Amino acid sequence: MTQPQAAPPAPEQPEKQGKPEGAGQPGGGQGRTLVPAALLGPQVLGKAREGGIIYPFLILFVVLAIWKGETFYGQTNLLEILDQQSATLIIAAAGTMVLIGGGIDLSVGATYALCQVIAMKMAITGNPVAAILVGVVIGLGVGAANGVIATFFRINSLIATLATSFVITGGAALITGGNLITNFTATGYADFARTQFLDVTTAAWTMIGVVIVLGVVLARTIAGRYMYAAGSNAEAARLAGVRVQWIKLVTFAISGGAAALGGIIDSARVLSASSANGGTALTFTVLAGIVVGGTSILGGEGAIWRTVVGVLFIALIGNGFTLLGWNPLYEQITLGVILLLAVGGDAWSRLRTG
Amino acid sequence: MPETESTLQGADVELKDISKSFGGTHALEGVSLTIGRGKIHALVGENGAGKSTLGKIIAGAHTADSGQMLLDGEPVRFGSPHVAIARGVILIAQELAIVPALTVEQNVFLGVEPRQAGFQSRRELRRRYRELADSVGFELDGAAVAGTLRTADQQKVEILRALSRNAQLIVMDEPTAALSRPDVEALHVVIRQLATQGTTVVLVSHFLNEVLELADEVTILRDGRLVQTVPAAGQTEQSLMAAMLGRSVDATFPARRLAPAGAPTVLSVRDLVAPGVHGVSFDLRAGEIVGLAGLVGAGRTEVARAIYRANRVHSGSVSIDAGTEGRGGSAVAGTPRAALRAGVAMIPESRKEQGLLLSRPVKENVILSTLAAVSVAGLVKQAAERRTVRDVLTRVDARGGGLSAPASALSGGNQQKLLFARSLLRDPKVLIADEPTRGVDVGAKRAIYELLASLTAGGLGVLLISSDVEEILGLAHRVLVMRGGRIAAELNGDDITEAAILGAAFGSGERGA
Repeated sequence: MTQPQAAPPAPEQPEKQGKPEGAGQPGGGQGRTLVPAALLGPQVLGKAREGGIIYPFLILFVVLAIWKGETFYGQTNLLEILDQQSATLIIAAAGTMVLIGGGIDLSVGATYALCQVIAMKMAITGNPVAAILVGVVIGLGVGAANGVIATFFRINSLIATLATSFVITGGAALITGGNLITNFTATGYADFARTQFLDVTTAAWTMIGVVIVLGVVLARTIAGRYMYAAGSNAEAARLAGVRVQWIKLVTFAISGGAAALGGIIDSARVLSASSANGGTALTFTVLAGIVVGGTSILGGEGAIWRTVVGVLFIALIGNGFTLLGWNPLYEQITLGVILLLAVGGDAWSRLRTG
Repeated sequence: MPETESTLQGADVELKDISKSFGGTHALEGVSLTIGRGKIHALVGENGAGKSTLGKIIAGAHTADSGQMLLDGEPVRFGSPHVAIARGVILIAQELAIVPALTVEQNVFLGVEPRQAGFQSRRELRRRYRELADSVGFELDGAAVAGTLRTADQQKVEILRALSRNAQLIVMDEPTAALSRPDVEALHVVIRQLATQGTTVVLVSHFLNEVLELADEVTILRDGRLVQTVPAAGQTEQSLMAAMLGRSVDATFPARRLAPAGAPTVLSVRDLVAPGVHGVSFDLRAGEIVGLAGLVGAGRTEVARAIYRANRVHSGSVSIDAGTEGRGGSAVAGTPRAALRAGVAMIPESRKEQGLLLSRPVKENVILSTLAAVSVAGLVKQAAERRTVRDVLTRVDARGGGLSAPASALSGGNQQKLLFARSLLRDPKVLIADEPTRGVDVGAKRAIYELLASLTAGGLGVLLISSDVEEILGLAHRVLVMRGGRIAAELNGDDITEAAILGAAFGSGERGA
């Protein structure tokens, strides 16, 4: 919550104000944040314990709505949150797959920076579409490399991606020479994130598309089933004919591609890129969102709709602190406590069910 | 050799009416026995007879459900090994519990290191180790890293550790199972020495010759019940084996249909060499159940895993659909995935560790190997999936839970049926079932037997691994008895008897390892 959405609030705010609420969008103002959740997991919502994060989220939403009224639930604020969280949500949706498959990717913050730097640099002189594509492909490649190291070389993914994150960050810094890259002239690149369609920025639309696609892949496809199987019991999955290493590699590649896309979206939103962006702050924000949502760090359990709610829950806390004018220092403490509760609750329920 | 009276007088351990069950299975029922001080007391029986369980109860690794244990005449109840150790009762399990990265002396005194102001005193550690090792005459370098030692020496580390805790009673579970012959001799010397120095030894062993050589007394168990406790002197391997045999039949087996004489060979294994497998060849025909018998560690599971390519294969060939002459057919190579493709399915030994995704729903567990059949362009068709899973679960008669319940919510028998269901969906030519009835209740056992019989009637070839000789006798058309990674005997028709199987498995007179 700190890094990506704190940085860029200024530029796009004015453009949003004009249109009346709910002009043509499905669901209208406040329902919109919930759309991905409802789409991706209706059958899961039915189960008792599985509800999990959705209740605290709704309670927080209602409390803020009553407390701050339109300032909170007005279209401007909610769309603002969605726009700011686009990158985090994309990366977290992919990270959910990695965690469910039994891995963890700590290099997303670094990949985010590397790919935004590369894409931005290319876009200054070249075709913005090519720049974005190259950035994403490099992200996929970095992710695949992580996957190879973590599976075929059998290096624990926590350590493997921690190590590669240093390498990636170093690479990004080499490209920029440590400077901020700005691009106020080649507007095609900025349009990638800042174009408005039905009141919603393309950044948010991209996020919604990616989240739905990844959600469907995880919940409805063979590959998704294999991800759950690999993370739930790798040996059993292998004996059942699942190519466990391959499927894990795929999750890492998707995670790298998502990190690249997130980085590019954010750089297009704020018209600048830096090797210092993203980093561990982003990595841990993403992980916090996934875990608060209820996806298990032990693999085999979780869902992308959960991650969406988890990330937005954390974003609402940040938004609430801002709207209420509370000392943002307490926001960090609040988040830490919530994270502990989420992980503790997971451990406790596992203990009880054996 | 001890007379009955003297044993009763100096009783070190007395067990009264000990019972223990795991889930629905009775591992021990009303076992009573007396173990004399400073004696070597052997526990023998078939796989699953309860000898290891009894050893573990004595040492506090398991807690008896009922019954009483007296130590030096005083009732004790060990809730954990820790409590037992405090009373000088120590278990040396089959799986050694050494810390590989520490030195021998650090391992020996692990947890009771001599300290000086909170720091380990290396010099004192060394001195105490020397003293201890000398007292039993072990020549084992205390500074050596334990992980680099041979198994026999690692075992000595465990023994020294036991002695450093002033062990009065040491329970050894299959101490020589993993040892080569010279090491076995060496360990025997040590065990005898312990006994002469007054330590009581409870020896759980498969090796009847070893038992006869070492033990003062032998307790024979069968199906969790005590058969008898006798002085080892005067016993022979044959007499012990006879006592281990002849139990009641408590599960009924389906009528065995004869495998059709001209049935084609569906599985052909030639000179298979893999970890734990030293050159195995056999054929399996359509409609036939071949039982793979042998003691735990004889290489049965290893053969299964090698055929299924769950383990690496060094050399040899496995082919499927080899025809009537046993030649040709498609070779199995690569991974379990390839084996499945070729038409082999396996129900692994441990359903929890190797079979199921315990936290995932029943339907995901069942469909895991056949997702493509219910999918279009990678998308799983929910309705087709549910229909397929429901149908196959009816076929294997799995009950309870519903399709969305986690597999962990099902009983052992139903969990096993999920694995059968998963295999059947592949429509395999060969099914390897590794201990398919382990830890399931009698009713589920019978259902699994029926299932195996009906599957073979449909032309499936089944390779059945079971430690339950009864099961092999009741189901198999042909039995391969394994010992030491090789097939020690092939039994057909009327030759398939418990005595013949056990005889070949125990290797009557020679050691398997």
